[in-house]
Amino acid sequence: MRDIAIIAFGQTENKRTERLLNEAEMIAPVVGDLLKSVGLKRTDIGFTCSGSSDYLAGQPFSFVMALDALGAWPPINESHTEGETAWALYETWVKMQADEEIETALIYGFGRQSMGSPREVMTLMNNPYLEAPIQPDTISQAALQARVMIDKGIATEKDFAEVAVRNLKHAKSNPLAQCSGDFDAETLLKDPTIASPLRKHDCPPITDGACAIIMAAGDKARELCKRPAWIRGIEHRIDVQALGQRDLSECPSAKLAAEAAGVSKGKVDIAELHAPFTPQDIILQKALGLGDDTVINPSGGIHQGNPMMGTSLVRIGEVANRIINGEADRGVAHGSQGPCLQQNIVTVLEGE
Amino acid sequence: MSETKPVKYVNTPICVDFDYTPGKATSNFLRSIKKGQLIGSVCPDTGKVYCPPRSYSVETASPMTEIVELADTGMVYTFCIVNIKFYDQAQEVPYVSAYILLDGADLPIMHLIQECEVEDIRPGMRVKAVWRDESEWTESMENIKYFKPTGEPDAPVGEIMENIRSKSHA
Repeated sequence: MRDIAIIAFGQTENKRTERLLNEAEMIAPVVGDLLKSVGLKRTDIGFTCSGSSDYLAGQPFSFVMALDALGAWPPINESHTEGETAWALYETWVKMQADEEIETALIYGFGRQSMGSPREVMTLMNNPYLEAPIQPDTISQAALQARVMIDKGIATEKDFAEVAVRNLKHAKSNPLAQCSGDFDAETLLKDPTIASPLRKHDCPPITDGACAIIMAAGDKARELCKRPAWIRGIEHRIDVQALGQRDLSECPSAKLAAEAAGVSKGKVDIAELHAPFTPQDIILQKALGLGDDTVINPSGGIHQGNPMMGTSLVRIGEVANRIINGEADRGVAHGSQGPCLQQNIVTVLEGE
Repeated sequence: MSETKPVKYVNTPICVDFDYTPGKATSNFLRSIKKGQLIGSVCPDTGKVYCPPRSYSVETASPMTEIVELADTGMVYTFCIVNIKFYDQAQEVPYVSAYILLDGADLPIMHLIQECEVEDIRPGMRVKAVWRDESEWTESMENIKYFKPTGEPDAPVGEIMENIRSKSHA
């Protein structure tokens, strides 16, 4: 297996609404600054891959328009994942395993939930014939999952609130965070429910943002970065489509992905979990086998910002950055998409 | 098994509204065309003039900050004749969609050509924008109804396009 590392990560500020810029205008400064930070020119990049969704953008081929941000001339070696960007990073990793001529790669993701109504847009990911017409939105679906957890005695509404309290506290040290602060669970529980048992603090913020990562292989990574964050394992699994077929209080696909990626092969200093809703944070900690010695979501997790489709890449980037700057030695980044954590990807990163 | 009839269709209407943000460069273009003025942005590396303008060079990713005003005249780069209506098409057939290179621009824009026989249209033909009445101008490309021939001698299209291509970074 070829050694491949993340050598740089950057992102825009997480904003509720970006009204001035279009996609290319959001991405270009992020990519430009990132290339400069590792001393590469855009023409040095061997492979480029992005993640986004036309449903969120409300326009076809939004990823093609985003190419304006790259200066794709002469024509570049490029691909795109219609979905969360962690899967674009996975595609890149596979590509770099297969093609040893590729020494560096750029992965970028972007999402702008503000342009549409996320609850309506996200219903369209369900079965188009039988489910989507009755509009089961993401919050309702996550509430079903939360209800199963309460009924089985796995967690309480206070446990859910504690996840938000922890994330928002961690987000205070994140200069790009959209939401942060000191809260206590008792106070949060006084809020009304949006879809019982979920309250506002249990749900992800609506965010516009973009992010990018540069990867490099072997000695090229060591040349460009003092302490690269090496990818020791990266695996993804998917659960069945119909929610009724799953025990929603568990996430077997995340568990299998974590086992395959080798999460338990060493101490996990930090973990970033792509849990859009607070109950899913509790499910994922168990599925990934994370214990008390792991700091969960040091960046503030989903609560600090949710540039959907880029969010999973931010999780990888936040872990990588802490390894690159020496704060952590080994970390786990989780990404997800689909209703109630249907698809899961787990990346294990380690410093040398 | 008894014979089953296929379910031929299900009706599942979907309506999702989006509030689109065109970005800095396109907003600039739309504000400008509301005043009846076409503009382009200049690539600092190649000197190419892009219309509609972009914030970053398509070829080099450099920020494009210089804006130039463009004429509403130009030449036909290439064109097609549409003979069959598609669903909801407002235009009467046959009509001509063309790539038109505005004078001063290095990237053609797409628009309609009218007020001439379709068989007379050719690459290099000189054309001019026909604008709607000023009272109807909005932030829309539709402020220009179509382009029409000017009757000037044809432009040397091959030479012009070759010149543009030579501006590209290798």
